[in-house]
Amino acid sequence: MTNKTPPLSIENVSVAYHRKPVLRNITYQSPEGECIGIIGPNGAGKSTLIKATLGLLPLAGGEVSIYGKPYSQQRKLVGYVPQRESVDWDFPTNALDVVLMGLYGQLGWFRRPKSEHKDRALEALRKVGMESFAKRQISQLSGGQQQRVFLARALAQEAQIYFMDEPFVGVDAATEKAIVQVLHELKEQNKTVFVVHHDLQTVSEYFDSVMLLNLRLIASGPTREVFTTENLQKTYGGRLAILPHTNEMLSIR
Amino acid sequence: MLELFRDANALWVLAGTTLLGISSGVLGSFAFLRKRGLMGDVLAHSALPGICLAFLFTGSKNPLWLLIGATFTGLLASLFLSWITRFSKIKEDTALGLVLSTFFGVGIVLLTQIQHSDFGNQAGLDKFLFGQSASLVGTDVAIMGSISFVLILLASIFFKELKLLCFDANYGKSLGFPMVGLDFFLMLLLVVAVVIGLQAAGVVLMASLLITPASTARYWTERLDHMIIISACIGALSGLVGTILSSVATKLSTGPLIVLAVTLLFFISMLCAPKRGLIAKSLRLIQTRAKVRQEQIYVAWNQLGSKTITLSALSQQSHLSTTQVHRWIKQKKRTGQVVENSQGTFTLSDASWKEASDTALLGLYMEMWHMYEDIETDCSIQDIEQLSDLPESLRVQLQSYLQKHISEEDRAKAYHSTRRAGM
Repeated sequence: MTNKTPPLSIENVSVAYHRKPVLRNITYQSPEGECIGIIGPNGAGKSTLIKATLGLLPLAGGEVSIYGKPYSQQRKLVGYVPQRESVDWDFPTNALDVVLMGLYGQLGWFRRPKSEHKDRALEALRKVGMESFAKRQISQLSGGQQQRVFLARALAQEAQIYFMDEPFVGVDAATEKAIVQVLHELKEQNKTVFVVHHDLQTVSEYFDSVMLLNLRLIASGPTREVFTTENLQKTYGGRLAILPHTNEMLSIR
Repeated sequence: MLELFRDANALWVLAGTTLLGISSGVLGSFAFLRKRGLMGDVLAHSALPGICLAFLFTGSKNPLWLLIGATFTGLLASLFLSWITRFSKIKEDTALGLVLSTFFGVGIVLLTQIQHSDFGNQAGLDKFLFGQSASLVGTDVAIMGSISFVLILLASIFFKELKLLCFDANYGKSLGFPMVGLDFFLMLLLVVAVVIGLQAAGVVLMASLLITPASTARYWTERLDHMIIISACIGALSGLVGTILSSVATKLSTGPLIVLAVTLLFFISMLCAPKRGLIAKSLRLIQTRAKVRQEQIYVAWNQLGSKTITLSALSQQSHLSTTQVHRWIKQKKRTGQVVENSQGTFTLSDASWKEASDTALLGLYMEMWHMYEDIETDCSIQDIEQLSDLPESLRVQLQSYLQKHISEEDRAKAYHSTRRAGM
């Protein structure tokens, strides 16, 4: 890993759904070894940005590179945590099996996971505090536990960059704590983590850098410089209520 | 029935329908989990024009040509289906209906065309409509058998990839697996599984052979590999049962009997499966209701603070009707946990009194746990059934929160009462 090429570089990227542009001319270069929050209102294209970066959506224009190369050549460096609602949890399988899926990319075609892979999957479950749930049928897990299983699946990939789509939405305190813990550990290992995030209250606490997104990139950079009232008003418009004295966000209507 | 096993021809039929059950059971599991339940129906119906076209072009009824023709139009239909859903605003259910009826319509037109023209050997193509297992001969079964074998082999080789496709296709794509290609591959396997069953089960009934074994198997297991094996067994069993029944009652045709057999298995599973079955579910509901009622009554009894109480006081405290409370008391009298006194009051036994106070305490502890849900502990809140499930360290912590909370509540009450008193 050279320090010169940024983990993620987005050049003039646009994404469109049914010919309607959803993201316009995003240009961004990420710092390395940081936890980066992707912030913006509903429908601002936060998840779209992640999906386009991972090649799950076609780009209408522009270029994405991971450590200087196209994503298709750098898959092994990238871990993905999709939104929990994106799958049917009544699938006949257990937590360990879902985490093992994180190793399918390294296994390649036809090879079945062996006991060493199971150990790695268990280790990933342990990191999110879910070791004792390994054999539990996935529909029997609470929402937060399902989220942690998804996180463990990405951890098992042992990637260099992680993309997490709304991991904090609708989870219990134990899960929130586990996720924050994982974010810290990843940062200590100089890994770069992108997190789509909704709760403005916790932004300064969780993220070193932020990307403020509303169809275009409003601002990006270190949280304490960029996460300002002015920028937030640019991003959220009039929907943001701000306490005048404390300069803290109260709520978003 | 013994005759059946002496007749070589009947044995071929039996082997054919059993193999068919196995392969459609295996492939159907993936279709079911990929939420493509109706796909089998579309593929079966759209195979008909292919069979007719193959006959028109080659003039022969060689099963191999017919299978190739059916596979071709089946794939074409599935391609149309994905194009329609991808490039128009039409939803999948509408697209399924459109494609199914169009292809089947074309098939029927071609079929009548063939029947009205002078082909001489056209007799027998209409057996694909409703299926005619009795017409299966050695070569047919040999072809069905080898194709089934290849299908099952491919499904087991690609087991891991197909599982990924069915559970989380987008994630699979992010890992670098060509999910669109895999989806097409699964579709191809499905088309072939449908097509080899057409002669035996027919266009109209084939879909149920694909989807019913899989949905039946789902009732019995929570593991994908087990589900596929059970599904294959159910398919094979219904093939066997249907064929044997139709040979015993010679006037009934095999295909429909197979479908009825698999449907019967489905209903039995839906009712009787140990965890997911309807009976098990309603039993659980009854148990839960009884447990909730007992908890309500225990907590109320505990709140009343006396082992001996009147029925009306208990009913009032527990917010339950006197009949409900009385029914519960009658049950407990039988087990000796409650004793009726001469004055019409009821006394709880010592053991049950302890149980009642434990229940009430657990309720308060759980409230505290939900309030302070970030308590450090190894156990999970949904695994706690009774007080003894709580580890000692956690109990101590919850107790301290409880005391703090209760004293705060008391202080608040005291505050409000002093305010009300105008002090």
